[in-house]
Amino acid sequence: MARKNSETIVLSVILLAVFGLMWALNGSQFVQFENIQSMAFQLPELGILSLAMMITMLTSGINLSIIASANLSAITAALILTNFVKPDASGIGPMAIAAGAVAAGLSVSAIIGLLNGFLIAVVEVSPILATLGTMILVKGVSIVLTRGYTLSGLPEPILFIGNGLVAGMPMPMILFILCAAFMAVVLNHTPLGNYIYMIGSNPIACFFAGVNNTAVLFRTYLISGIYSGIAAMIMMSRFNSAKADYGESYLLMTVLASVLGGVSAAGGFGRVSGLVLALVILQLVSSGLNLLNVNPFLTIAIWGMILILVMVVNYLSVRYQETHPR
Amino acid sequence: MRRLWKYQETYVALVIVLLSCAITLLNPNFLTLENLFDLLKSYTFLGILSIGVLFVLISGGIDISFTAVATVAVYTTMYVTLQHGGNIATVLLMSAAIGAGLGLINAVIIHFFNIPSIITTIATLNVYYGLLTVFSGGTWLYNMPEWFRRFAETNVISLVNPDGVPYGLSVIPLIWFAVILAAWVILHYTMLGRGIYALGGNLASAQRTGFNILALHLFVYSFMGLLAGIAGVVEVMLAQRVATNSMVGKELDVIAAVVLGGASLTGGVGTLWGTLLGVALVGIIGNGLTLMRISSYWYNVFIGLVIIVSVGVSAYRRKLQRRRKMSVEVE
Repeated sequence: MARKNSETIVLSVILLAVFGLMWALNGSQFVQFENIQSMAFQLPELGILSLAMMITMLTSGINLSIIASANLSAITAALILTNFVKPDASGIGPMAIAAGAVAAGLSVSAIIGLLNGFLIAVVEVSPILATLGTMILVKGVSIVLTRGYTLSGLPEPILFIGNGLVAGMPMPMILFILCAAFMAVVLNHTPLGNYIYMIGSNPIACFFAGVNNTAVLFRTYLISGIYSGIAAMIMMSRFNSAKADYGESYLLMTVLASVLGGVSAAGGFGRVSGLVLALVILQLVSSGLNLLNVNPFLTIAIWGMILILVMVVNYLSVRYQETHPR
Repeated sequence: MRRLWKYQETYVALVIVLLSCAITLLNPNFLTLENLFDLLKSYTFLGILSIGVLFVLISGGIDISFTAVATVAVYTTMYVTLQHGGNIATVLLMSAAIGAGLGLINAVIIHFFNIPSIITTIATLNVYYGLLTVFSGGTWLYNMPEWFRRFAETNVISLVNPDGVPYGLSVIPLIWFAVILAAWVILHYTMLGRGIYALGGNLASAQRTGFNILALHLFVYSFMGLLAGIAGVVEVMLAQRVATNSMVGKELDVIAAVVLGGASLTGGVGTLWGTLLGVALVGIIGNGLTLMRISSYWYNVFIGLVIIVSVGVSAYRRKLQRRRKMSVEVE
């Protein structure tokens, strides 16, 4: 318990420090409404993908196929939209097709989630290998479907998902809050959530406690798949296009964000609140440096350094607590 | 004979033989020396990296950062070489040394702060690659020195095909062969090699047996970095330019090839022989698709299917074995 709290405190302190530092460097520009709103548009993509990564890491797994399945979902939806709806169309008919396209996109990522679940829970392939295989396969299907081209020119109702405002609140942010809240409820207030943490800590003990590990892992990867599908709809709408290799740099970033947020790579530990704090820290750093006209690649390097720093501080604090028992 | 069926390597070899037969039936050009020489040359980059990855996997770790290490090493080396001159030996040595140094940083973080290797190397991948792109401004280096270009085009065996077109075995695969030989000696004939297997099998027992865990960690990750530095030079030899973004992003493909060859991600298991077969399988699928006139768009689909089926079959066999063992214990 002490460890969990100390992590939240460390993250909150870092968050405040980063916020203060960026405010000091950028002046009032940083806290202007426009800047905060643009951050709220940028965070959700990586945020929802990180949630998809986090839930698998809690079971001591990993899901390398999230970006590939997100792209295939987006391509499926975009293929339906570009073939059946004109970009400037409106009315009930196109709206229905758009809804159908989103449903189709989400089902594709759900099916990939089930395939991962089957490989990991039934065949008992290690998660990193299973999802590495599906990642390459799914990307291959995307390339075959699009011949490597970009699908663009999506209709108006779809663009709302990524660019719309509801009462001043960006639509992607609303989706992210819903996704994070749902994940938090599942993890903290349902038996499934309990089992996910138990499998991550000790799968054999969990099995002998009468838990159906197979079913739990299936659901874990299904949720992970659907979340990458939701992220896909936001990405497709924001870019107004879909392609086989969009967002590939996000893959390692989602692991980075999860670990920074206190998700243990060995499984069993990690909370949605920690992940959200970590995502806000990363977004503050990248927006702040962007306002300072810092090279975006330096931002990437700084994210990496922050991750190592946090892990080192965690390690040292655990060591200190062990050597200085109260 | 029965023992052979226990190893994933046997199945990979079988798939390679069957696939080669199928491709040869459709296009006899596959089974020619010319094609073989071509394949060896184009897969030297993957081949060298895969051996480094094999060492890390056997030791029970994983390295994601090697593509960034390769890029930083070769970029810095060629930048210095273009300004101050040099020769092929200084290029290889310098790039290997920079790579080993960056690998050493990984090892220090992993060992002293007990951070999982996957997390450490994801972080250092971003640090190395980000800093390189900042300092280089993302500009590519062209106009490789004349001696560098000539070396890359050297053939050690020169032949002429039936149509009168000359071809040959490039000098580039020889670098790969040298790496294979060194890796073979280390893994099979030195205490160091035993230590790497022991470390991956069980860290605590390796420590109590008297292996120096720090030294093993330092060696494994800096060896990975050293090979990444050499592989980076190979990539530049083939392309005759230094790109900042041509290698990063391929790390999982290399790991996939090693895993196809039977190395386990939990450590302690993996053979050089298997890794070579894994690289060969990946190469033959790519080359075979071209020779069978199947669009290269299908490449990823085939590789993905092969990986899923291969890891699926071996995982399922392990599962059945475990069941059998469990039932014996209950009786």
